[in-house]
Amino acid sequence: MAQAHTAHDSSHGSYSAYLIGFVLAVILTVASFAAVMAHVLPPSMTLAALTFLAVVQIVVHLVFFLHLNTSSEQSWNLMCFIFAAASVIVIIGGTIFIMHDTAINMMSR
Amino acid sequence: MLGKLSFSAIPLDVPILVGTFLGVAVIGLAVLGAVTYYGKWGYLWRDWLTTVDHKRLAVMYIILAIVMLFRGFADAIMMRTQLALAYNGNPGYLPPHHYDQVFSAHGTIMIFFMAMAFMTGLMNLVVPLQIGARDVAFPFLNSLSFYMTLVGALLINISLFIGEFAQCGWLVYPPLSEMQFSPGVGVDYYIWAVQISGVGTLLTGVNFFTTIVKMRAPGMGWMQMPVFTWTAFCTTVLIMVSFPVLTVTLALLSLDRYLGMHFFTNDAGGNVMLYLSMIWTWGHPEVYILVIPAFGVFSEVTATFSQKPLFGYKTMVYATCSIMVLSFVVWVHHFFTMGAGANVNTFFGIMTMIIAVPTGVKIFNWLFTMYKGRVEFTAPMYWTLGFMITFSIGGMTGVMMAMPAADWILHNSLFLIAHFHNVIIGGVYFGYIAGMGFWFPKAFGFKLNEAWGKRAFWCWFVGFYLAFVPLYILGLEGMTRRMNHYDNPDWYPWMLVAEAGAIVIACGIVCQLTQLYVSIRDRNLPENLDLTGDPWNGRTLEWSISSPPPAYNFAVIPDIHGLDTFHTEKQLGLKAHGKPLAPIHMPKNTSAGVFIGLFSFILGFASVWYIWWLAAIGLIGIVATMILRSANRDVDYYVPVSEIEHNEEVYSRRIAAAQAAE
Repeated sequence: MAQAHTAHDSSHGSYSAYLIGFVLAVILTVASFAAVMAHVLPPSMTLAALTFLAVVQIVVHLVFFLHLNTSSEQSWNLMCFIFAAASVIVIIGGTIFIMHDTAINMMSR
Repeated sequence: MLGKLSFSAIPLDVPILVGTFLGVAVIGLAVLGAVTYYGKWGYLWRDWLTTVDHKRLAVMYIILAIVMLFRGFADAIMMRTQLALAYNGNPGYLPPHHYDQVFSAHGTIMIFFMAMAFMTGLMNLVVPLQIGARDVAFPFLNSLSFYMTLVGALLINISLFIGEFAQCGWLVYPPLSEMQFSPGVGVDYYIWAVQISGVGTLLTGVNFFTTIVKMRAPGMGWMQMPVFTWTAFCTTVLIMVSFPVLTVTLALLSLDRYLGMHFFTNDAGGNVMLYLSMIWTWGHPEVYILVIPAFGVFSEVTATFSQKPLFGYKTMVYATCSIMVLSFVVWVHHFFTMGAGANVNTFFGIMTMIIAVPTGVKIFNWLFTMYKGRVEFTAPMYWTLGFMITFSIGGMTGVMMAMPAADWILHNSLFLIAHFHNVIIGGVYFGYIAGMGFWFPKAFGFKLNEAWGKRAFWCWFVGFYLAFVPLYILGLEGMTRRMNHYDNPDWYPWMLVAEAGAIVIACGIVCQLTQLYVSIRDRNLPENLDLTGDPWNGRTLEWSISSPPPAYNFAVIPDIHGLDTFHTEKQLGLKAHGKPLAPIHMPKNTSAGVFIGLFSFILGFASVWYIWWLAAIGLIGIVATMILRSANRDVDYYVPVSEIEHNEEVYSRRIAAAQAAE
């Protein structure tokens, strides 16, 4: 359809942006490995640290490699992403909430 | 070579099925014979089966839905008859093995292949016309979605004659649906039928979401969108979020069944209750996927036939969006009794009660739309009024069951059955039939017969109460669902009343068929013809073009200046657009959807019966067709200006003829 084929001039990012993203990604990856291999934290803290680093890693990839930002041409992508994240939180978080509560209540675990 | 398939899979020992097969074969051969006799195969292939036109796909969806309604209703009346007989030692006429398949098929068919197909059909017909678009965003995907739905429906109906269907209810709960307890092919038929049609539904969701976001006419902001389009939009969002959950859940179940895994088994670390939570994570949004577009239909019908703008357009939009969001946080109310603690049950109970609020807002909006309006009591308006009464009752019994404490008593009783039929027949079905009557002239250029429409309504309305009020009472008396026979003398009279109700509903269906027959027979009578394209003094864009519309819908894309622009301009006597005509870019028809559907059918059928070489052929066929289709660059054409001018001239002559007749 003619209407569907409107052109987009989406940004593909600059050299420096890719470089910053790459360096950040490397730092985050090394930090994750270090957290596990160096045994500096107790196991439960390590798990929390890994989770945190993983979420930051996702954000770095989205911003620097997938060019997700708050500009107007990206607003639908951003909105879809936030919506998807919210849905995942509701579906997975809700399921964990329900199944955990059931397991405790029924003493099945 | 043939996997599990052998001659013994054909149920020759069940006379009902043999009779049904003969009936289907005779009707099928008659249809094929008629098409051959009148030499219509080329026409059927070129103009319908390979079409990518959303209006024609809509018609095919709705025909599929009506055929599936017959199948689903046949199951329903069989169940009612069984329970009217199987009392006090009488085993009835359906042995448990057959009866269990009947109730499983009834639910599956009515939800997936009647209601979903009907809903998709209405969306297909109306949404592009209401937003001033010339087709959907991805016309080929639209055709593919239809064939995926059709293949699912075919698989489920083939299970009647080859093998068996699932015997564990319409959502095939494990552990009953696991290999240990359902070693037959019934559950596999269910899985493949629902998975394949689920692909189609998901594609429809993506397609219409994109269409509504990207292809609205210039000037049509979000708050200038007609309410039906808004409801379709919310439904597509729900489809995109919830259907992947269904796909994953059924995929895990099939891993259990096909590869011996233990996601939902009793032993080896499986968790049966996880299946319930996951299936209802999809299942609850699903009921809103069905009912939200029905709300859209009622909004259009009420506003048009009350000759007034819709009362509280904005609150209607916000209510729809609230329902969309809330429908994702209520799913535990389908299994309050599974043993979750008070925290979980309280949260989901309260959320369920809250969702009644926006729904109540909508009911009041429709009532206030009618208030002081010049209400025309047409058949669609009858269905709308019947809906408001019936759905309110269903909503109230729903809020009753939203209380976990009450649900512990009512769970899995006939009270529940009465409740959800109350909302699904009273909300969804009444809505779709209202929509069909409302938009039928747009699709075909002539109106449906009013008298037969009203007769159908009264039969359905009265029949509904006769059939389901007894179930409320029986539920309170402790009768559970899916019961094959019973010996409680108190229940017997109510089952007879329910049977009578089912027969009255059957009369309603006969009236609807008669309505179609009479309308087609009398289509050329002047009072039935829709020459102007605007038979109801409509408010939205679909009424601004001829009935049936040309393939490209709009010769000139209209400019929108606010809500109900078409109606405003009509009131002011503005004659639209001096815009020059330009060639129109349109998609070409394609047979790729038909072939992908065919290979999907082969894949599904072969996988049900473990015929792996055939399944491989099916899979390769799907991929090969996809590649061929992607390599085809000749997928579009331009409608020349001369053809558009010619169509426009014919249309203005018809309008002039209609004005002269007045």
